[in-house]
Amino acid sequence: MELLRFATAGSVDDGKSTLIGRLLYDSKAIFEDQLEAVERVSLQRGDEYTDLALLTDGLRAEREQGITIDVAYRYFATPERKFIIADTPGHVQYTRNMVTGNSTADLTMVLVDARKGIVEQTRRHAFLASLLRVPHLLVCINKMDLVDYDREVFEAIRDEFTAFASRLDVTDMTFIPISALKGDNVVQRSGNMPWYEGASLLHHLEQVYIASDRNLIDSRFPVQWVVRPQATEFHDYRGYAGRVDGGVFRVGDEVMVLPSGLTTTVAAIETFDGPVDEAFSPMSVTMRLTDDIDVSRGDMICRPHNKPTVGQDLDAMVCWMHERPLKQGDFLALKHTTRWVRAVVRDVQYRLDVNTLHRDEASTQLGLNDVGRVSLRVTQPLFYDSYRRNRQTGSFILAAEDTNVTVGAGMLLRS
Amino acid sequence: MDSSERAGTTGQYQLSQLRNIEAQSIHIIREVAAEFERPVLLFSGGKDSVVMLHLARKAFWPGRIPFPVMHIDTGHNFPEVLNFRDRIVAEIEATLKVASVQESIDTGRVAEETGADPSRNRLQTRTLLDAITEFKFDAVFGGARRDEEKARAKERVYSFRDEFGQWDPKNQRPELWSLYNGRHGAGEHIRVFPLSDWTELDIWQYVGEEGLELPSIYYAHRRNVFRRDGMLLSEGPHVNVRDHEEIMEMTVRYRTVGDMTCTGAVESPASTVDDIILEVAASRLTERGATRADDRVSEAAMEDRKREGYF
Repeated sequence: MELLRFATAGSVDDGKSTLIGRLLYDSKAIFEDQLEAVERVSLQRGDEYTDLALLTDGLRAEREQGITIDVAYRYFATPERKFIIADTPGHVQYTRNMVTGNSTADLTMVLVDARKGIVEQTRRHAFLASLLRVPHLLVCINKMDLVDYDREVFEAIRDEFTAFASRLDVTDMTFIPISALKGDNVVQRSGNMPWYEGASLLHHLEQVYIASDRNLIDSRFPVQWVVRPQATEFHDYRGYAGRVDGGVFRVGDEVMVLPSGLTTTVAAIETFDGPVDEAFSPMSVTMRLTDDIDVSRGDMICRPHNKPTVGQDLDAMVCWMHERPLKQGDFLALKHTTRWVRAVVRDVQYRLDVNTLHRDEASTQLGLNDVGRVSLRVTQPLFYDSYRRNRQTGSFILAAEDTNVTVGAGMLLRS
Repeated sequence: MDSSERAGTTGQYQLSQLRNIEAQSIHIIREVAAEFERPVLLFSGGKDSVVMLHLARKAFWPGRIPFPVMHIDTGHNFPEVLNFRDRIVAEIEATLKVASVQESIDTGRVAEETGADPSRNRLQTRTLLDAITEFKFDAVFGGARRDEEKARAKERVYSFRDEFGQWDPKNQRPELWSLYNGRHGAGEHIRVFPLSDWTELDIWQYVGEEGLELPSIYYAHRRNVFRRDGMLLSEGPHVNVRDHEEIMEMTVRYRTVGDMTCTGAVESPASTVDDIILEVAASRLTERGATRADDRVSEAAMEDRKREGYF
């Protein structure tokens, strides 16, 4: 069984909670005691109907105020796949949460109210999904029951969205007309829209092809931990533990270790369950090398003829997540793969309006929930790829040096 | 079995979902070992901590687990579980620390609850935080899963705790990709949940695939139980059975393992992992809803305890 991670976002009234509730209920991932608890709370609050949003709004403040504060993770499975939903709120901290939820998603699900068509939030959502390079975009045009299942309404929204998305970097886009409330095209194809010939929502989630989304070309292995057992039976053992962040490594492959630039070959790829012939993303393995060379945490094992960029001057799209703005000259802690370095902000090149995609080049800082292009200089060289090419070796986080909190996320551009 | 089967691949360089979350958990455990000075792994002998300990072994093999294992012993544990704990820890040559709630009571750090059914559930938090302070632990692995409970569904993999051990759910650090931020000041620590993305069914499937041993009480057995608040509680040394409560011998098993005083059994004939997988897949109740009195105090019982520093 495969795993599909998908992110969803939306405002209170676009039917997102109803849709998630239905997916979970129909796949039997909602349990009776959870449903009873939700019914009890709805009744206490005097709601007219059972508010399925309460299933995902787990915190006391959320239930009291009827808002969603934070990304909630929900799990369900069908015989085909296991699904992890990153459900992000529509209002508070929208950009921060959307970026977080989309950072690990294979697919992002955008909900559009058929009566209202494309609104600002739809555009912002689609832009953030493309910025985070989510491989698949699924646009659900919801509440079709309220527009008499009208094909023309669906097609007009689809065409408008397609025109807008041509300005974005979206590779795979699918449109499905649904009614979350009535269940049309959610699990089963609906008889109310015979003109729609595509798959139901759940069928699409089960079938969308994700095997080719990972980078299987550029071999990247950031070293996490050096295994040196203090036991006589493994006296000379030296293994490099880590996760394959791109490409495929095979026993016998010629490899290069950065930053030293020394080359050797892969002697063995080992796991607790025994040796394997090859390892690919996202396997966690331990690699042994033929030659005894100095390798430590933060180093990168790659192929000699396919190296990542090595550099201290970085250009990145940064999403800022803190009240204290990002400004030229700021010092920050930066984590990239398995290394922490110090970074100084050289320049805020522009701030991007996430609604209009307008570049504000006069802007000299990024405020909370802003996205912009930033130049950074770091204390030690990083071994990186563009985020476009590799989401693992192309991403970093920024933390404040004084408070230690995470204040930003960056996607590296080709230098 | 060839190497691709052993690695759990499904062909075309694709990992099965179970091997995918396994790899993710191992990645998390290694990050913690590399970036913190004094990690510790909380081990109760329950199924989740058994899986977590197994993943830690895998992460550092053929080396040993480079941090100790700690059990918060309430004094109300099932004896079968304590025996199991000692045996497993000895088998893998890990270092076991036991922090005792009884000792916290004896030294006056906490007072036993009063009332008809005093529980030590909430007292554990003090014992846990005292042990973290005493041993200067800066990272504490817990086996909590996001599918267990709605407050946990919102918690980060790396969850920051201030100097009072408190969780602030409204002010959590954003967590992106698999770039975890474990930076903290003196006296603060990070709770780490490597099983965040595992479901109860995943745990059982993994127990089956890996052939992991669990305490016997997870499997169907005959036991003297009585009904209270819709749960089946076990007769035992720390449980006060009231006059109107009728002891019955039934075939039961436990879905979760906590204190004898607050963990309910479920009637079940499931005596093997395969039986349990079928039972879990068909169950219409969550494991905590079915079996835990500690979560029934209020709608936000778990969140409130977590804010104070609970697991």
